[in-house]
Amino acid sequence: MSELKLPSIDYAALAPILIMLGAALLGVLVEAFVPRHRRHLVQLSLALLAVLAALTMVVLNSDDRLITAGSAIAVDGPALFLQGGILVLAAMALLLIGERVVERGGAFVAHAAVTAESPEDRRQAEGADGATEVYPLVTFAIGGMLIFVAANDLLTMFIALEVFSLPLYLLCALARRRRLLSQEAALKYFMLGAYASAFFLFGVALIYGFTSGIPGRSAGVDFATINAAVNESPASRVLLFAGMALLAIGLLFKAAAAPFHVWTPDVYQGAPTPVTGFMAACTKVAAFGALLRVFQVAFASASWDFAPVLGVVAVLTMLVGAVLAVTQTDIKRLLAYSSIANAGYLLVGVLAPSKDGLSGTMFYLVAYGFSVLAAFAVVTLVRDGDGEATHLSRWAGLGRRSPFFASVFTFILLAFAGIPLTSGFTSKFAIFGPALAEGRAWLVIAGVLTSMVLAFPYLRVVVMMWLSEPGESTPTVAVPGGLTAAALMIGVVATLVLGVAPAPLLDLATGAAEFVR
Amino acid sequence: MSNFPFLSVLTVAPLVGALVVALLPRRRPDLAKQVAFGWSLLVLVLSVLMWIAFQVDGDRFQFRESYPWIPNWGVHFTFAADGIALVMLMLIAVLVPLVILASWHDAESSKRSVPTYFALLLVLECTMIGVFAAADVFLFYVFFEVMLVPMYFLIGSYGGHQRQYAAVKFFLYSLVGGLFMLAAVIGLWVVGGKTFDWQALSQVDISTGTERWLFLGFFVAFAIKAPFFPFHTWLPDAGGAAPAGAAALLVGVLDKVGTFGILRYCLPLFPDAAKWFAPWALALALIGIIYAALLAVGQNDLKRLVSYTSIAHFGFIGVGIFAFTTQAGTGAVLYMVNHGLATGLLFLVVGMLIARRGSSLISDFGGAGKLVPVLAGVLFFAGLASLALPGTAPFVSEFLVLVGSFTVNKPVAVIATLGIILAAAYVLWMVQRTTQGTLNPALTQIDGMRRDLNLREKVVIAPLIALIVVLGFYPKPVTDVINPAVQATMDDIGKTDPAPSVVTTVQEAGR
Repeated sequence: MSELKLPSIDYAALAPILIMLGAALLGVLVEAFVPRHRRHLVQLSLALLAVLAALTMVVLNSDDRLITAGSAIAVDGPALFLQGGILVLAAMALLLIGERVVERGGAFVAHAAVTAESPEDRRQAEGADGATEVYPLVTFAIGGMLIFVAANDLLTMFIALEVFSLPLYLLCALARRRRLLSQEAALKYFMLGAYASAFFLFGVALIYGFTSGIPGRSAGVDFATINAAVNESPASRVLLFAGMALLAIGLLFKAAAAPFHVWTPDVYQGAPTPVTGFMAACTKVAAFGALLRVFQVAFASASWDFAPVLGVVAVLTMLVGAVLAVTQTDIKRLLAYSSIANAGYLLVGVLAPSKDGLSGTMFYLVAYGFSVLAAFAVVTLVRDGDGEATHLSRWAGLGRRSPFFASVFTFILLAFAGIPLTSGFTSKFAIFGPALAEGRAWLVIAGVLTSMVLAFPYLRVVVMMWLSEPGESTPTVAVPGGLTAAALMIGVVATLVLGVAPAPLLDLATGAAEFVR
Repeated sequence: MSNFPFLSVLTVAPLVGALVVALLPRRRPDLAKQVAFGWSLLVLVLSVLMWIAFQVDGDRFQFRESYPWIPNWGVHFTFAADGIALVMLMLIAVLVPLVILASWHDAESSKRSVPTYFALLLVLECTMIGVFAAADVFLFYVFFEVMLVPMYFLIGSYGGHQRQYAAVKFFLYSLVGGLFMLAAVIGLWVVGGKTFDWQALSQVDISTGTERWLFLGFFVAFAIKAPFFPFHTWLPDAGGAAPAGAAALLVGVLDKVGTFGILRYCLPLFPDAAKWFAPWALALALIGIIYAALLAVGQNDLKRLVSYTSIAHFGFIGVGIFAFTTQAGTGAVLYMVNHGLATGLLFLVVGMLIARRGSSLISDFGGAGKLVPVLAGVLFFAGLASLALPGTAPFVSEFLVLVGSFTVNKPVAVIATLGIILAAAYVLWMVQRTTQGTLNPALTQIDGMRRDLNLREKVVIAPLIALIVVLGFYPKPVTDVINPAVQATMDDIGKTDPAPSVVTTVQEAGR
């Protein structure tokens, strides 16, 4: 056994990750030492400050193109771009999570584990202050996502996966209303997530086996080694294919691609809406960041082997998302299926391994994150006595009651439908263009056809809001607190600006669209 | 004056007007109407100035402007107008003020915001102008799609019976077409070397198979928009449910985007595919002429009837385009203008009748001419214009289309001629059942039916009648503008005319 050498660590390049994890630990201490009535404010400020500080570091590092900490972390263009995206979207999500004006005590309960519907549970749902532990949890999750998109070997990636998944499982169980649904969502997400993690880990093991025996290289799971192994490993290709498949299952589960999407509607519906928004925006960025890196760096040379399979998964995902969205009657489930369909479009981007394809996919991720967070921000506002009124029939005539919010939501839905002058259109173009240039016409055609199907459910909501008469049970739109209003405005303005003038962000994405290998 | 950025100003001006109107207080609907009307007049004046500045024997594309928009994809705000676009822009500028004036009281009956209605009309004008003025395929696509949104709300919020169904159907049909076009636009961008500039793209060589697919992508979108058989089923619903003013714009202008698109994009960009598909397109157009005319005969709803007549007329335009002669092409473009005037007039008049009666069913009328003689007379005139009576403008265009296609394809011209007979049937029978014959006693009970045209309505109708008559006798100013552009389009697809020079024919037809 040779002597262990300490890897050199570039702390400045890792600063965003370290800041988020440090802030999370600090948050745990705050939970222990700060008096209860001040915790909410302190925790929220701490989390937001940490996000801002990390974002600043990402911007300062923006020219870094290096691999550090042994070969565990790659700080390169895509990593920095996606980290920046995650942080901006996370800041918006934190604003939604921190909202306490719309509902007394916030969208969370204090104790997740109390038996649902028990008197004690009802008491805590009535208006007791929610758990402030959500902030450290979210901060941990953000930290994990930052590692996930920068991970340069499979083990680091696995650890990052767990670091951001575990807090999410817990966060899902904390919804103030409809406790049973919330707990069910958390359990379901946890169980399936655990399976997916196991698949991923098993895949790592197989790939490790596959990399052994290359002359002049020791076995390993860093991406350079895997890439070399794909080209020249003497081991059986079965190991490679099985390992790739298992890894893909783990990642596609997080990305909510069919047939690994089954958890998505239930979890999106049951989780507290701000957390749903956080998952729909940030988890998606993280999951696709990892998918891009794994398939375009580690397995790039095997693209003839995985592209057809991943293409079928993409088409299936689009189909499932679009077709099932048509039948939904709950706005959160509708948005969940729409998010599944969008995962399908993003997979088309993953399958266009050119510079344009990579930058288009990254652009799509960020643009979609803004829109989807804004959509969930509106969902948190449409309420009645029992909390959010998510059943679609309840949204009838909302345009009369609150034309402003109905207009905003209509705009977001038009963006989802891909109408020009919204980011939904530019981002679709950013993905389909390069995919067609790479000769993946069938994926583009599938994308276009499913977009047609998907337009119908969006349009149905628009019809509900504007063209139906308000009924007895049409809820009112709560006056948003400053935090929600800010998040909503950021999301809507970004959706508009990225639709009308996408050039700056596209430039940024194009400049960042190269992995270090 | 020709350096003035007419096209971009024309596009932006209605949008600014829409913002102003939308921000006016809801309690002052009259102010909103006046501002909207004034604004549309301003656009009209500007368009007239542009018409004067257009040099008939100058370049094919004039008033070209180009500003970078998304440099990463080679997208520009490029505007340019050829003769075809110019006459369509003029048609929009004329129709919108008249429609605003005609819809003066339409929005009030719907309990919804009046300023919003007029703001939507102006937004629609902005997108309509943009779609005809764009010379960048991406920009064209953007306007093509965004156009749906104001129209959707005009139908859905202010329409009549079954408006929700009609609005959704309209939106989904158009969106489906639009998405096919999006795929083709992306494909064109990839094979064209990542540019969207029309002039650059028209020089690109495309392999036969790809060209056919791209042609189909564009053609389906335009055929749905126009609409051609069998993509037409949304139009009777939308036209029947839309408020009369919006319906006049929908059929008069919006649908022309389809035929304009075929002339501007399908033929010059994919000439070989266009020739290959021409027999199919002609067949669809012919079926449309006959089938829609037959359905029109059987309609009992005035607005649906007019919508079906439009589908038949679009069949004629399709024949004119795909006959590939300059005469027929000029006839088709002229048809687009004249149909906008005649059908626009018909829709507005029918709207006035419906507003008085409170019903759009023909069976609810009968002998209305005895109560409102002037209105009945105008309806008769509009009907005659619509069936292309000699002396009205549509006659010239229909004649040109038939003559132009007869020289190259006799069976097509002969079958199309049958459409004229059916047109006489549906128009005359509609007029007879509505305004002639014994007076329906129910009509006398309705106050509205005792009021004939008021001054506002006369002001709406007079310019359209004047234009129809003048262009019926002297179409030269318009054909002079159209002819070079159509000639250039025919050059693009490499077709030459077998017949003698076209100008003489035009004049003969005019006399």
